[in-house]
Amino acid sequence: MPLELYRIDDRLIHGQVVVGWGRPLDIRFIVLVDDEVAASEWEQELYRMGVPPEMEVFFHDVGDAVAAHARYVADRRRGILLTGDIDTMRRLVEGVRAATPAQPIETVNLGGVHHRVGRQSKLRYVFLTAEEEAALRALQARGVTVTAQDVPSARPVPLDDVLSGRAGT
Amino acid sequence: MTSNAPTPSRAVLAGHGDFAAGLASAVAQITGRDDVFTTMTNRGLSGEEIAQTMRAALDAGVRVVFTDLPAGSCTLAARRLQRERPELLLVTGVNLATLLDFVFSIDADVEDTEMEDATTRVTANAVEKGRAALTVVGRTGTPGARGAA
Repeated sequence: MPLELYRIDDRLIHGQVVVGWGRPLDIRFIVLVDDEVAASEWEQELYRMGVPPEMEVFFHDVGDAVAAHARYVADRRRGILLTGDIDTMRRLVEGVRAATPAQPIETVNLGGVHHRVGRQSKLRYVFLTAEEEAALRALQARGVTVTAQDVPSARPVPLDDVLSGRAGT
Repeated sequence: MTSNAPTPSRAVLAGHGDFAAGLASAVAQITGRDDVFTTMTNRGLSGEEIAQTMRAALDAGVRVVFTDLPAGSCTLAARRLQRERPELLLVTGVNLATLLDFVFSIDADVEDTEMEDATTRVTANAVEKGRAALTVVGRTGTPGARGAA
């Protein structure tokens, strides 16, 4: 399973991802799935500049990412797939399930969904609207394991504990 | 975290955790100057909020941003701001030696020459000092003795 992590993080490529996860997991490529970034060469250059030379970065909108997913899963190197928001990950999970039912996305990592008007605090690094909560529950109901975990050394917090607030903020 | 000194700060210092506040406190301990840097952390902030915080810190006319990590979200925010402010200088991978040289040079050098060129020169010199300060002391010939990227 060369895609080690399917992560939702509104900062996309940043220190926690490249160094915090990248080093211990020996990550060699990042798949950044974001419709806006995929349409902007300037944004892509910005994110590419942030990664060390031994790490490759690929940019896709959701449609292209669904089509390319099987190829990344077959890659011998280890990779991380990133989306900047919950809805993008939801569309990706559903698209992959429809396109390649034998290779569904089975786990999703909540890595950073930060404060914004309309969102409620769930964890130090997870704030959700009611719609986002529903989307995460729907993912889980379809058999996807959703946990929150900012860095590898932290304990993964199951979605139920995130949503109930039991995990604390 | 902004200093209370009457003079405007000369640079923004940004990074993970208490990196910026920690380095600024080290600069103050050594030089007595706490008016040079406006500090910020990305802790608990979304990408959008990091950009907003940095924009606010830059509004005072600051031309230099120091950040901790090339891949860091503060670095990316600064690079975004460079699109609208091409005169902005970004130094990433900053260390204490860099900042100390910057602090000691910025006022003397910038006051008597043209502002923009002088800031660029002072910043470039400070980076050289910082690079030189990163050394291994002890057994030589160890593979991989250079600092991590």
